[in-house]
Amino acid sequence: MSKIKLKLNGVDREVEADPEMPLLWAIRDLLGLPGTKYGCGQALCGACTIHLDDQPIRSCVTPISRAEGKSVTTIEGLSPNGDHPLQKAWIEFGVPQCGFCQTGQIMTAAALLKAIPKPTDKDIEQSLSGNLCRCGTYTRIRSAIKQVAGIKETT
Amino acid sequence: MTEPRLITRRDFLGNSVLVGVQLSAFGLLLGTRVSRAATPLDSNENPAMGFTPNVFVHISPTGEVTIVCHRSEMGQGIRSSMPVLIADELGVDMKQVKVVQGDGDKKYGDQNTDGSTSIRNGYENMRLMGATARTMLITAAADLWKVSPASCKTEHGFVLHHDTGRKTSFGSLAEAAAKLPVPKKEDVTYRPTSELKNVGTNLPLLDAPAYVTGTAAYGADISIPGMLIAVIARPPVVGGKIKSYNVDKALKVPGVKKVVEMPPATLPYAFQAWGGLAVVADNTWAALKGRAQLEIEWDEGANASYNSDEFRKELSLSVSKPGKVIRKTGDVEKTLANASKRVEAEYHVPHLPHVPMEPIACIAHIHDGRCDIWASTQNPQAAQKEAARVLGMPEEKIHVHVTFLGGAFGRKSKADFISEATFLAKKMDAPVRVQWSREDDIQQDYYNTVSTQLLTAGLDEHGKVTAWRHRTAFPPIGSIFSASDDQPDAGDLQQGVLDLPLSIPNVQGESCKAPAHVRIGWLRSVYNIFHSFATNSFMDELAHTQGKDMRETMLELIGPPRLASLEELGIPALKNYGSPLDKHPVDAGRLRHVIEEVTRISHWKGHKAEGRTLGLAAHRSFLSYVAAVVSMKKHPDGKVYVDEVWTVIDAGKIINRDRVRSQMEGAVLFGMSIAYYGAITMKDGKTEQSNFDTLKLVRMKDAPRKIHVEIVESELAPGGVGEPGVPPVAPAIINAVFALTGQRVRTLPLSSTGLV
Repeated sequence: MSKIKLKLNGVDREVEADPEMPLLWAIRDLLGLPGTKYGCGQALCGACTIHLDDQPIRSCVTPISRAEGKSVTTIEGLSPNGDHPLQKAWIEFGVPQCGFCQTGQIMTAAALLKAIPKPTDKDIEQSLSGNLCRCGTYTRIRSAIKQVAGIKETT
Repeated sequence: MTEPRLITRRDFLGNSVLVGVQLSAFGLLLGTRVSRAATPLDSNENPAMGFTPNVFVHISPTGEVTIVCHRSEMGQGIRSSMPVLIADELGVDMKQVKVVQGDGDKKYGDQNTDGSTSIRNGYENMRLMGATARTMLITAAADLWKVSPASCKTEHGFVLHHDTGRKTSFGSLAEAAAKLPVPKKEDVTYRPTSELKNVGTNLPLLDAPAYVTGTAAYGADISIPGMLIAVIARPPVVGGKIKSYNVDKALKVPGVKKVVEMPPATLPYAFQAWGGLAVVADNTWAALKGRAQLEIEWDEGANASYNSDEFRKELSLSVSKPGKVIRKTGDVEKTLANASKRVEAEYHVPHLPHVPMEPIACIAHIHDGRCDIWASTQNPQAAQKEAARVLGMPEEKIHVHVTFLGGAFGRKSKADFISEATFLAKKMDAPVRVQWSREDDIQQDYYNTVSTQLLTAGLDEHGKVTAWRHRTAFPPIGSIFSASDDQPDAGDLQQGVLDLPLSIPNVQGESCKAPAHVRIGWLRSVYNIFHSFATNSFMDELAHTQGKDMRETMLELIGPPRLASLEELGIPALKNYGSPLDKHPVDAGRLRHVIEEVTRISHWKGHKAEGRTLGLAAHRSFLSYVAAVVSMKKHPDGKVYVDEVWTVIDAGKIINRDRVRSQMEGAVLFGMSIAYYGAITMKDGKTEQSNFDTLKLVRMKDAPRKIHVEIVESELAPGGVGEPGVPPVAPAIINAVFALTGQRVRTLPLSSTGLV
């Protein structure tokens, strides 16, 4: 067990944990933020996507020791009032079905738009293809991202 | 469906207790975590508490309207749809309504959110609940104003008297209405459907803000003080047992509290726990790490000889011989013997997994002579029953709180995970959350069954189809409840074999033997998946043989618009998804109509003339009719992909247009996963797939450029929506693959051919 210091959604936190514990479980079980989801445990589905120093990572395979002294952003910290443009677009387009993968989808999309404000279809596809959605909301996710990026949909 | 009762006031107060409990449980859903298990409040019969005409509606003296949603939310948008029926009948805007999730309780009637039943079975009942409340509020106002009830109406949460312009709020009438007797069903009048203002429109997604902020709580998101986490090492072969084990290393993992032996599963498996060893720990990671340290030797039991490759041969042999005739008109054998041409094809669809994005989780907390359960369950009453069985407690002592479900598709209607959590909570004398890993989810599923079908047609000298024989072999779902059940029955064949209207004089449907070696369950659209795949593929093959267009062949085989009688279908009865035939007939006209519509909106003829390679399929299931057209293209490397999809649904009267559309879009992607990658294969009784690397699902890169959805305008009785979109998708893809490549794929998935 070791003590790990990190900044979680802008707040300094210290947590005592097995240094091997994936950030996912530390965030959910020890730090009490359940918005980050467990879907596969092997970086195959993207449900656990968070930002570590602004970079999107799969928290299910990232040991908490790697977050020492770093800044961690989860869906709970993406925007102060749940009003990130992507969150608003997700509501407007009625993107979610069961909703379970959507926090990971939004965290991935937010990182994409930060890196590439006007992504091409290919950029969106490459960035989001790591995030599975079993309900099949992909076409609406694509539309919502494009609207936020100010890209016109082709028919 | 059992009808919910119009209840007495005491029941109502029972419900207000439930509402209180649920508010705390649903505090969860709004992000707060449960700090203590809900405790029952004292019942109170004071009408000053508000007006509760039935178990679904409560109006407080301050005018707050609460509507209970008693069906599980798993992505179909039921919480955004079903309460609207009550609100519209009542005369209140959804913005004024608080939707509360109902606990598992028989007083709501059937709660098994399965079989696309919520709206089709609940439509009239929900309207009755709202209309009853409206009738009583109007009676209270009319008494107050000394006017006739017929001269009053409700809107926006008020009762209005037209002649005098008087108006009073529901809240102000709550106490008076609560003192009135609940009218009989026959004394309640429904609004004309034209007055249901929101029904049939694009309704907002009630829970969208919770979904996008991460505050929607699923099964694993609830936390109770002192709660332990359990992860179970289950026998790799169903029915297997532990031979020997060593837990020393597991117990050394920091955070691991105990290793508990689970009761082994015995036949029939039903909803029992699957056996194995549970590692119980302080947190999920410790439990997972502890499980990896277990040393277990298994006695694998009788199912260890189950191999998919060999079983496929067994199924082929089964359909090569005459089966039990379930549907029969004319003389198929004689016609086939004398046919000018005979077309025959065998189709195979492997086991399919559910893989909802949320792996299963359930929390059980036994305290004060009761057990509280939080679970992402489709069937809270089955959960109640199973927990009661495990604990030896009466069902009314089991309080099942339904969380959001992170997808379900049939998997979460089984109570095996409830069984595990309650068993462990008792063993540990502490609240326990059972957490399934993705590997558990894939390997210990109740798979959709594996099937082989043989279709044979006889054509006369003009190329007209004069005989149609459909043999189907698959281990039935009944096998999990009765181990000797090794052959599908008429209740199984209703899904796409018996209810297919065919304008062919000689038709035969046969069921062939197929014993089960895994737990068989129902997956979104169930047997329709493979029956639709076979019948629509076969029609496409016949069209090719005839040198005709698929649309033309389909319409000819289905025949003229008509209601197909049992006599015409050649069956003594049709289960018809639990609905009477006069309410939901087998309507060849509606099946034709969706085909005509989908070929119209997809410019079938024009696009084909331009050289686009399209595939068409249509299917009746869950009392709805759906057709799909898929446009398939080829990448430079020769791999194929779905470019564009058009789909038309006739589900009768619909409630929430946007959620019907989203279900149809989702069904396209779900059907694509089946067509591209859907396969669970067994070797020596063990599942060969384990996570999303070996079990692929379609991703954003596979998503069609565009999905067009058309919803048929209809005032007919509602049909299902969640499932019927799925069955036509895979055959439409396969027919498009044929158009594109000339390759006829009769075994799913496509990935086994190297085409995707």
